[in-house]
Amino acid sequence: MNDRYSRQELFSPIGKEGQTQIQQSHVLIIGAGALGTALAESLTRAGIGKLTIVDRDYVEWSNLQRQQLYSESDARDRIPKAAAAKKRLQDINSEVEVVSHVMDVSIEEMEQLIVGVDLILDATDNFDTRLLINDISQKANIPWIYGACVGSYGLSFTIIPGKTPCLQCLLEHIPLGGMTCDTAGIISPTVQIVVANQVTEALKLLTRNLTALRGSLYSFDLWLNSSSSISVDKMKKDDCPSCGKTPSYPYLDKSNLTKTAVLCGRNTVQIRPATNTSLNLETLAVQLKPYGQVSKNQYLLSLTKGEYRLVFFTDGRVLIHGTKDIAEAKKLYYQFVG
Amino acid sequence: MTIYVNGKKTLLGTGTNTIMTLIEYFELNPKVVIVERNKDIVAKENYESTILEKGDHIELVHFVGGG
Repeated sequence: MNDRYSRQELFSPIGKEGQTQIQQSHVLIIGAGALGTALAESLTRAGIGKLTIVDRDYVEWSNLQRQQLYSESDARDRIPKAAAAKKRLQDINSEVEVVSHVMDVSIEEMEQLIVGVDLILDATDNFDTRLLINDISQKANIPWIYGACVGSYGLSFTIIPGKTPCLQCLLEHIPLGGMTCDTAGIISPTVQIVVANQVTEALKLLTRNLTALRGSLYSFDLWLNSSSSISVDKMKKDDCPSCGKTPSYPYLDKSNLTKTAVLCGRNTVQIRPATNTSLNLETLAVQLKPYGQVSKNQYLLSLTKGEYRLVFFTDGRVLIHGTKDIAEAKKLYYQFVG
Repeated sequence: MTIYVNGKKTLLGTGTNTIMTLIEYFELNPKVVIVERNKDIVAKENYESTILEKGDHIELVHFVGGG
């Protein structure tokens, strides 16, 4: 018809056959922030058959520095990210079937989203959703590619059920209270390196070039000019609750999800992490200081930011005063607790 | 003592002589770090007891949430 994919087909590991495979594939991207927009644009230009992109948030001015599908009008009009992304993606390539959902992804949504999907790409900003992706990937036998970044640091890892360790194998503890892009900032090239790795791995998977897969956990720091590639095959655990011999898929169990509750009559939402954890209030105080007025005692830390007040307890619970909206509260929560 | 951390030549002070003190030197949370020493993964329970030696090749990967 035309030669829009000719240069990709000339790349011999892909070829015309690989291009056909790409055009017959369905990729699900969870998150339409920095990673999600860049992943979606690359795959759309590559001619993916179907792309589903999901996000619960709307576009803000602070997104425009790195979230490449959005423009000023999207921020001005507070357009939901999934909707703004779809519009731009269809302008880039009308041949791709783009499905967008403005939604908060939890267990039920995830079970519906993965139907017919060949690959899941992680573009989330939190480990709760990643562990949910990790479990559904194992249960439904769909590979997924972890990607994350903050500052000038990023990392990625391809998880193939039955072959590689899963995220649960690699993570003995859920990183909580760590740095996030809203606390430590981010430069756009960091996003691009993570995305370059995720998309390359995706192209290898979709075109069945399995021996070309990286097979290791890759990380880099662009500012420090360092990078690392670790073979983590030995970390695959037979007793892993997600990918072991008798999996229980703990994150597909509602009782293990991060709990949210609107506190009656208080204009407050409580968020309780799924697993027992302990927040170091001293470290948190230092991290949060630039973002508002911080005060603390031995039991809790309070951050006042505009009309909101976030109260962090050492057991990981957070009370978000100033809203009754769970989605809004979750958004604030993940800004400060990655 | 000079070692290599994520491919970069790194000169360590005298107090930095175990995997754990190296993690502290980089201000990382040991719970979310994966460490490889001379191509072998170091188990978390051995971070304190693993003594660094001159010329060691250490890879440190820590998990972050942003995206």
